[in-house]
Amino acid sequence: MTDELTLIGKPLPKVDALGKVTGETKYADDLAMPRMLHAKILGCHYPHARIKHIGTARAQALPGVVAIITGADLPVKYGNLPVSQDETGLAGDKGRFVGDPIAAVAAVDEETAERAIDLIDVEYEELPAFMSVEDVLTKEGEPIQDYGDQGNVHKMVALEFGDTESGFAAADYVREDTFFYQGNTHLPMEEHAVVAHYTADGKLTLWSSTQCPHYVHRALSKALAIAPSRVRIIATPVGGGFGGKSDPLPHEVAAAKLSMITGRPVKIALTREEVFYAHRGRHPVLMWAKTGVRKDGSITAMHFKTFLDGGAYGSYGVASTYYTGALQPVTYKVPTYKFEGMRAFTNKPACGPKRGHGTPQPRFGMEIQLDKIAEAIGISPVDIRRKFVVDENSYTVNHLRITSCALGECIDKVAAASGFNDKHRKLPFGKGVGLACSSYLSGAGLPIYWNNMPHTSVQIKIDRGGGVAVLCGSTDIGQGSNSVLAYTVAEVLGVSLDAIQLTVSDTDLTPIDLGSYSSRVTFMMGNAAIEAASKLKKLIMEAAAEKLQLPVEALAAKNNSIYCIDDERRSLTFAQAAQLAEAKHGGLGAMGSYTPPKLAGPFRGSGVGPSPAYSYSACVAQVDVDPETGEIKVEKIWIAHDCGRAINPLLVIGQTEGSVYMGLGEALMEEQDFRRNQHKIPSLLDYKSLTMMDMPEVETILVEPIDPEGPFGAKEAGQGPLLPVPPAVANAVYDAVGVRIDELPITADKVLKALALKAEGKEPRVGPKGVPSFVFPEPVRVEPHPQAPKLRGA
Amino acid sequence: MKQLIKLRVNGEDYEAYVPVHKTLLEVLREDLNLTGTKHGCELGECGACTVLVDGEPTLSCLTLPIEIQGREILTVEGLAHNGTPHPLQTAFAELSAAQCGYCTPGMLISAKALLDHDPHPARDDIRQALSGNLCRCTGYSKIIEAVELAAERR
Ligand code: FES
Ligand code: FES
Repeated sequence: MTDELTLIGKPLPKVDALGKVTGETKYADDLAMPRMLHAKILGCHYPHARIKHIGTARAQALPGVVAIITGADLPVKYGNLPVSQDETGLAGDKGRFVGDPIAAVAAVDEETAERAIDLIDVEYEELPAFMSVEDVLTKEGEPIQDYGDQGNVHKMVALEFGDTESGFAAADYVREDTFFYQGNTHLPMEEHAVVAHYTADGKLTLWSSTQCPHYVHRALSKALAIAPSRVRIIATPVGGGFGGKSDPLPHEVAAAKLSMITGRPVKIALTREEVFYAHRGRHPVLMWAKTGVRKDGSITAMHFKTFLDGGAYGSYGVASTYYTGALQPVTYKVPTYKFEGMRAFTNKPACGPKRGHGTPQPRFGMEIQLDKIAEAIGISPVDIRRKFVVDENSYTVNHLRITSCALGECIDKVAAASGFNDKHRKLPFGKGVGLACSSYLSGAGLPIYWNNMPHTSVQIKIDRGGGVAVLCGSTDIGQGSNSVLAYTVAEVLGVSLDAIQLTVSDTDLTPIDLGSYSSRVTFMMGNAAIEAASKLKKLIMEAAAEKLQLPVEALAAKNNSIYCIDDERRSLTFAQAAQLAEAKHGGLGAMGSYTPPKLAGPFRGSGVGPSPAYSYSACVAQVDVDPETGEIKVEKIWIAHDCGRAINPLLVIGQTEGSVYMGLGEALMEEQDFRRNQHKIPSLLDYKSLTMMDMPEVETILVEPIDPEGPFGAKEAGQGPLLPVPPAVANAVYDAVGVRIDELPITADKVLKALALKAEGKEPRVGPKGVPSFVFPEPVRVEPHPQAPKLRGA
Repeated sequence: MKQLIKLRVNGEDYEAYVPVHKTLLEVLREDLNLTGTKHGCELGECGACTVLVDGEPTLSCLTLPIEIQGREILTVEGLAHNGTPHPLQTAFAELSAAQCGYCTPGMLISAKALLDHDPHPARDDIRQALSGNLCRCTGYSKIIEAVELAAERR
């Protein structure tokens, strides 16, 4: 039984669990250094205002103030995407939202820095503010940014795959709906923090709670004009990210600059309010969806329009825009598809990637619309999905390659576990069930800056005592990437976990990994780790074979031992074999890398959407709606997730439960809302999230097809399971009380309003009335992929 | 204005000369180097900063050290005994109830207060006792299971 896995697939504790439960783990704000200064940031007071003058004299005079910087000290623009180089750390010319960083003070302690901030005198010239997509389309005034597709329209996209007109003509039933998905934020429990230290030798080191040290490295080197070799970024253990710590952020740039000026370590720890301004969270998206189906429920055509309220900066927004259109065809067969999307700059904190990045919003619309269609044509919500699941090893109409897919099994299992068919439309008034499905990436197939290099590399060194040092730029944000790295290498080499020493997320020491986003780490780092470990294993097995005078094929490695499969007494310890290999080959070290296969389609914009594999989820929500108060109680969630092989089922279930939790928060209460041009609720008390009292029971079912390209067959678990939750809840509310809430969050007052409309005999629905009459450019017409689902009879 | 305060933390006596308005959270983290206690708001809204004062869960971000001189303060660093983790710590580690781990010190402390008071709490009592501790990672299920496991083992 040599091919039986020892560690992979087992519910092991995380390798860094003890540090976290004892308080030993050092997060960024836990660091302190001799002579360390504390810095605070001044945020713009207006949503949109030219900065005419910043007077720092009064602040400078405060005892204990060491340095003050403004936008004038940081003239160079950077940005995460090459097409969105629009940030400087501190805004120089104008502030673009209330809270936009415009100056920073370093002082001997936090309190002094805070007092100094209040002594900075800023002279503004107010400019018209654009607080919504509608403002952007109707209001006059100076654009927020000086680039973009037109005025405050940052980006426009229009793509058509196949002929949607014939697709709709072939349909027996066509419906159009509009939806709105409110913006919300990551709300990591750890407020972002950074310590920067510029030492006498001209080297800048940053300890930061970031998900992407490599991108911080690139941005800082550019913004501060320092050679990359003189910048070192160390990602400290991240106290929750969910996408909010994937951009290089202003406080990182400001702390670095202040340290360069003072030659002393500088810490910036954001307050909770400032975390709301750092944001980069879920885009509010207004959507219009049109879908045509035949009598049997098969889709003939689909057309989506999305309007993204982007906030003041680009961030990942161009990618977010494409993502609102990319993954609709990845779950069910769609033979013709059209997508038009636009992102507007608005005077609010920048939106960016949050768990699911741009895909939960259209998924919300699509899965509700399918529910409505199923009812209209008289088939069950299960059948309209189950019968038309995409095939394994196929392509979508928009040229996305699908490898493994167990969505059908997910639907079957979740329907069976929840008793969906016995409950749907059969429960008493007030109770209901809803079904929704989704798919997500296992890593973006293309890098965010164009290059031909690997997306990740893992380096392994083996010492004479049998210790295995593993180095990778990957960053553990709580998802367990450190553990996956250790399990993978230990499994391949046949050593125990205590032989593994990890060094991660340190740009001086570790090979590049692009970062913890797009659910890429297990898939990509895992494959690189297998490659690196396999190279060393070969040398060690050969050396052992020579010593034991056996062919390599006769040997196996397990439990720190290399032994003869037929006679386990003929063996060497792993350390002995490593020594023999070192004697033979010199010091033992190897690198492994992972580069996704070339997956982009033959059209502009095809870079967003491809992934080496897609995960699938199916979810049933059961709700109890009180028709008197409108209050919604989610009684239970069943979720089946096709994650490929679960490297550690305990961690996968943890990711799934966490995703369900976050999806429920978005469905029921979370909103990044603005009033009078200001953030309405920049506090944990007012920004509602689920407590332990609110969280329903979650039954997770893991479905584990072995993905042909994933490490040990694994795909992803961190993001996909969030996606089906909001539409499942919306569909359940409809089943319970017969009203459609086509916008998030689904709150008691909206339910009551819809119930009142129902009582008046009006359409029992709360949601957007329509979308702006915006003229998108002529779509780029793309022939569907030849292996994509065909429009029958066309 | 600064003043000398005497605190008894995890069974040890500490002295610190600190501004009077500095919170217990700040004194623990900045003056006593006990950084295990975390903060998510410093406004009494998240529970990350929970410590025990004479066995009662207390938000250290809202507590002035001067008010609790001489009382027994317990932080996450004091949970293990001679290097042996508390059953709650073991259970949290085993079940992966700590994902990012940032809410964990506060959760553990609130859970300890609960178990000291009620060694075999019902699920709803656990929910009630920990409802002031926010967690963004776990969806809470594994935390509840870990508290139950620790209770079973005690
Ligand atoms: S830091 Fe004390 S309750 Fe949040
Ligand atoms: S484990 Fe991350 S906040 Fe609870």
